[in-house]
Amino acid sequence: MAQQTGAEPVLKLTNIHKGFPGVRALSGVDFRLFPGEVHALMGENGAGKSTLIKVLTGVYSIDEGTVEMEGKRLVVHSPQEAQGAGISTVYQEVNLCTNLSVAENIYIGREPRRFGRIQWKEMNRRAAQLLEERLHLRVDVTLPLSEYPVAIQQLVAIARAIDIKAKVLILDEPTSSLDRGEVARLFEVVRKLRGEGMAILFVTHFIDQVYEISDRITILRGGELIAEYKASELPRLELVSRMIGKELTMLDELPKTAGDSRMSDDHAAIVAASGLGRKGAIEPFNLSIGRGEVIGLAGLLGSGRTELARLLYGADRADQGKLHVEGAGKGGVHSPRGAIDAGLAFCPENRKTEGIIEDLTVRENIVVALQATRGWFKTISRKRQNEIAEKYIKTLNIHPPNPEQLVKNLSGGNQQKVILGRWLLTQPKLLILDEPTRGIDIGAKAEIQRLVMTLSREEGMSVLYVSSELEEVLRVSDRIAVLRDRVKVEEIGKEEMDEQRIMKAIAGGGGA
Amino acid sequence: MTGDTKGRYATGKPTSWLNRTYKHHLFWPMALWMALLLFNLFYSPSFFKVVVREGHLYGSLIDILNFGAPLMLVAIGMTTVIATRGIDLSVGSVVAIAGALACQMISKGSDQNAVSLVIYAVVMALVLSIALGLWNGLLVSITGIQPIIATLILMVAGRGIAQLITDGQIITVSSTPYQYIGAGSLAGLPFSIFLVAIVFAISALLTRRTALGLYIESVGCNPEASRLAGIRAKTVMIIVYMFCGLCAGVAGLILSGNVASADGNNAGLWIELDAILAVVIGGTSLTGGRFYLTGTIVGALMIQTLTTTIYSVGVKPEVTLVVKAVVVMAVCLIQSEPFRKAIISRWKTRRYPAEREVTRHA
Amino acid sequence: MLKRQHLPVAATIALFILMFMTGSFRYTGFFSAQVLFNLLIDNAFLLIVAIGMTFVIVSGGIDLSVGSMVALTTMLSAGLLQQGGWPAWAVIPFVLAVGALFGAAMGALIHYFKIQPFIVTLAGMFLARGLCYLISINTITIDNGFYTDMAQTKIRFGDYFVSPSVIIALVVLVLAIYIAHYTRFGRTTYAIGGSEQSALLMGLPVARTKIMVYMFSGFCSALGGVVFTFYMLSGYGLHAVGLELDAIAATVIGGTLLTGGVGYVFGTFAGVMIYGVIQTLIVFQGTLSSWWTRIIIGILLFAFIVLQRLFTMRSDRKTGSVEKMA
Repeated sequence: MAQQTGAEPVLKLTNIHKGFPGVRALSGVDFRLFPGEVHALMGENGAGKSTLIKVLTGVYSIDEGTVEMEGKRLVVHSPQEAQGAGISTVYQEVNLCTNLSVAENIYIGREPRRFGRIQWKEMNRRAAQLLEERLHLRVDVTLPLSEYPVAIQQLVAIARAIDIKAKVLILDEPTSSLDRGEVARLFEVVRKLRGEGMAILFVTHFIDQVYEISDRITILRGGELIAEYKASELPRLELVSRMIGKELTMLDELPKTAGDSRMSDDHAAIVAASGLGRKGAIEPFNLSIGRGEVIGLAGLLGSGRTELARLLYGADRADQGKLHVEGAGKGGVHSPRGAIDAGLAFCPENRKTEGIIEDLTVRENIVVALQATRGWFKTISRKRQNEIAEKYIKTLNIHPPNPEQLVKNLSGGNQQKVILGRWLLTQPKLLILDEPTRGIDIGAKAEIQRLVMTLSREEGMSVLYVSSELEEVLRVSDRIAVLRDRVKVEEIGKEEMDEQRIMKAIAGGGGA
Repeated sequence: MTGDTKGRYATGKPTSWLNRTYKHHLFWPMALWMALLLFNLFYSPSFFKVVVREGHLYGSLIDILNFGAPLMLVAIGMTTVIATRGIDLSVGSVVAIAGALACQMISKGSDQNAVSLVIYAVVMALVLSIALGLWNGLLVSITGIQPIIATLILMVAGRGIAQLITDGQIITVSSTPYQYIGAGSLAGLPFSIFLVAIVFAISALLTRRTALGLYIESVGCNPEASRLAGIRAKTVMIIVYMFCGLCAGVAGLILSGNVASADGNNAGLWIELDAILAVVIGGTSLTGGRFYLTGTIVGALMIQTLTTTIYSVGVKPEVTLVVKAVVVMAVCLIQSEPFRKAIISRWKTRRYPAEREVTRHA
Repeated sequence: MLKRQHLPVAATIALFILMFMTGSFRYTGFFSAQVLFNLLIDNAFLLIVAIGMTFVIVSGGIDLSVGSMVALTTMLSAGLLQQGGWPAWAVIPFVLAVGALFGAAMGALIHYFKIQPFIVTLAGMFLARGLCYLISINTITIDNGFYTDMAQTKIRFGDYFVSPSVIIALVVLVLAIYIAHYTRFGRTTYAIGGSEQSALLMGLPVARTKIMVYMFSGFCSALGGVVFTFYMLSGYGLHAVGLELDAIAATVIGGTLLTGGVGYVFGTFAGVMIYGVIQTLIVFQGTLSSWWTRIIIGILLFAFIVLQRLFTMRSDRKTGSVEKMA
């Protein structure tokens, strides 16, 4: 609706390349942004969205390619320089100082001064005026920002951004912690700014919001540009399938799970959640997992996948509902330790911060969970530890095959295998895998998927498999639970499992 | 995305003997210590002389062991605390309190030389030390207050408590068994050395023969991952602070036994700083994780040797502080990544200051 | 109207008044302006040092070197006056410059090499003490005319008096309040304490400000040292041992959050006054001994730290969901 086809883009990126050690974050990405439009940047984890934004805001340098602003070549080395050039950013985690007042957060560094003395009255007046006139927000600007909910903080961040005379406003997942009413208010402001001719780059993972507000959509996947569309010409389903993508790879050698009798009802549920939920993380849900069953959790980033997994494992406390775990005491599972004792295991999504213990060796990383359950004195002898490490290095094909290597020196895929080894060693009844194949290469991916199937079929281990790649979930699961906007919306059995059906559930809304 | 880069595995290959020695965690502390000893060898050859008088050994080396004993003990405790990403500033106060309580109890006794009384006093002092460690541990683990702040409370109040116990006096005792702790000798060597050896052996056994060492390193390295792996991180923290309190208590007994008195104001003054220094020199990082008890011992011995050397050279002993300051900064700069990077590639970090920041926080 | 962010400071002031009133009711001769003024006279140097400390703590750091810096200043002053024969007008600017430079150097190490402030200022503490002894191990008594004048002059208000040091301390207090609230440097200090990362992304001069904060603290320690020299009329390497703890305690009791970003210079003033009133109460009480000061300060420190922790935990919960999503 907004951009005139004849108009020049205010921002034009051509053939951007950016790599980090071991990772190509962006390869050959083009991107255009026109004045007076809201342009959504879409992609799953690791698609390159945040890298692209950091390139634009001068946080990262680029290895190759050009950035042009209003036809002129633009090189920025820092957020300050980007702001000076007219590019302002509102980050996902609000990057303001919540200990300062609202007015200060808008004006700090640019306060009205007389003889070096900050004119508080003038500043407060201007801040109140700015918020009221441009954002229709009436608040006491002298209170610390921490007194206000995140939604207001978000608007204050926008106020700061637009007061710097920005031509381009980048909103990096601004809605991830807002409720419906707050989102509506934010969008009202965004529309107003669009009407004033500002170019707005909107990053989100909420599909509904994309269609509500954006004029155009650019999709990235795996650091590459998939395509740019007009929002009105891209059906929801196609958007989802483009984002999730399919990898035509060696994965296809793997047999699809046959709908055999494994989930027949004579196996009682080993884990059963009823009405389990946690405010702000996941709405109450029911889920039961039988022995030897592989349950897939599908949904986009931020849909509550991780939150659900963490509740089952006791990593976060549920504030409502019941969780029954076979073998756990009456009290149920309240801590990871309790979960482990009851036969659960959890590979977290964030391998670096929650999974590996980076300065310890491969051997230590593998034995740590088993040792934790045995207490101080029943130690695993060094000889036994070596045997264990050798065994898992061999069966999981961990490279390099050196048990004394520090785990931080391993590649992502091998780190993941180490964590898998850690949990297999405890012989769990239920293995929770949160994005086990994220950011690892195809070969390792196939190995991990194959392992999951072997475990459930041959050893009767149950698996909860969380993944943003639909292909993968379909391949390994006996049953799939779909999450959308922190609600478990559907459960799909083997018979009805097909891509279209699940994508519709993920996309929600009117569908295509 | 392919995360593999073949080059990374190079570190895993067996390297030359020289390289391995150089990389060993004891290399730097040992090298520093040896350099100091070497200096003494040339400067005053009598430094290495050990004479036997009345069945006791005397000499600078023996002095280093004897006077270094309290520091070694406190540093052992501090090592375990620092390994969990913590720090204990209150050890100096605990040293004072333990000595104060023991001396107070002995001085009140009818027969100060009674072994049972001394044992009772020592046990009570150690129990109190452990209780103070427990206090620190609870503050850190349960309330989640930063260790440096949590232990500051006892650091401030502790000397007051010590003086409260002694009623502000310097209490002198004349108890042979008590003085034996700090000044006695066994098999020709100072008794305090045996205490160090025992505590060191116990801590080495506990951390290397049981799973406690693994828990400590795991918690210090990544508390959240450790919790998810089933380690009770809070319990581990409480235990190390209690152990640190115990070590400080023993050190306090040695110090006060050595002079047969308790001085609430000055006993163990600055020992926390020396202990932290010994730990850092010994190769344990202040950011937690891997810890090296042997390294700590070498670090403590180095500090004590430095003090003794400065004495023997004839420089004013207080100048040790200047040398220590230089050593602290040198060790920290070597550990500082930006510093190392700055030397290697100065220009790059300058061009994108925020990239550095953000990758640090990511 | 009292705003919520002023509550901790208000609590401290109320506590001070309460303690002062308690003393007034219990002990004759307590309730007098001179007792109040004596609090200022005896703690002028602590106030100046604590003000510098407040800036450092607000910025999210800590400065352990202040006590040693005070000692070094007394030593340098004494050495230059007595042995070097320098005039007072040259000595004072010189020692102030030394303090500021010393602080700036520590700040630079902290910022550029990302070494914990605790360690850097610890090294600074060793260094400053050690330098004292390089000048002399013994006390150097000062008989310079200007210094003795400053020690003896009484500035009278009717029947009551204060020392010139009190005036210096109060001027520093007013200046510090102005700097904290009406200058960009002050506000940037608060921003850095709130979130260094955000301050960086908002384009604030983080490096310069951090270095200046430690420089200011160094300057305050040196000025505190000058005032302390007036008070003691001597230079000694063991002067002001443990002063850093007193300064930190006064700052925290004054309502400054040890994690940075929140605090008021005026609160620190109230904290120092509480410190003084505890000492005075103990003197008046007569049977309690001086070490009770340490214990009571420890208890207050504990109470305020735990309160702060509860305070921050609550606001963590408020914004907790954001961090989860991040």
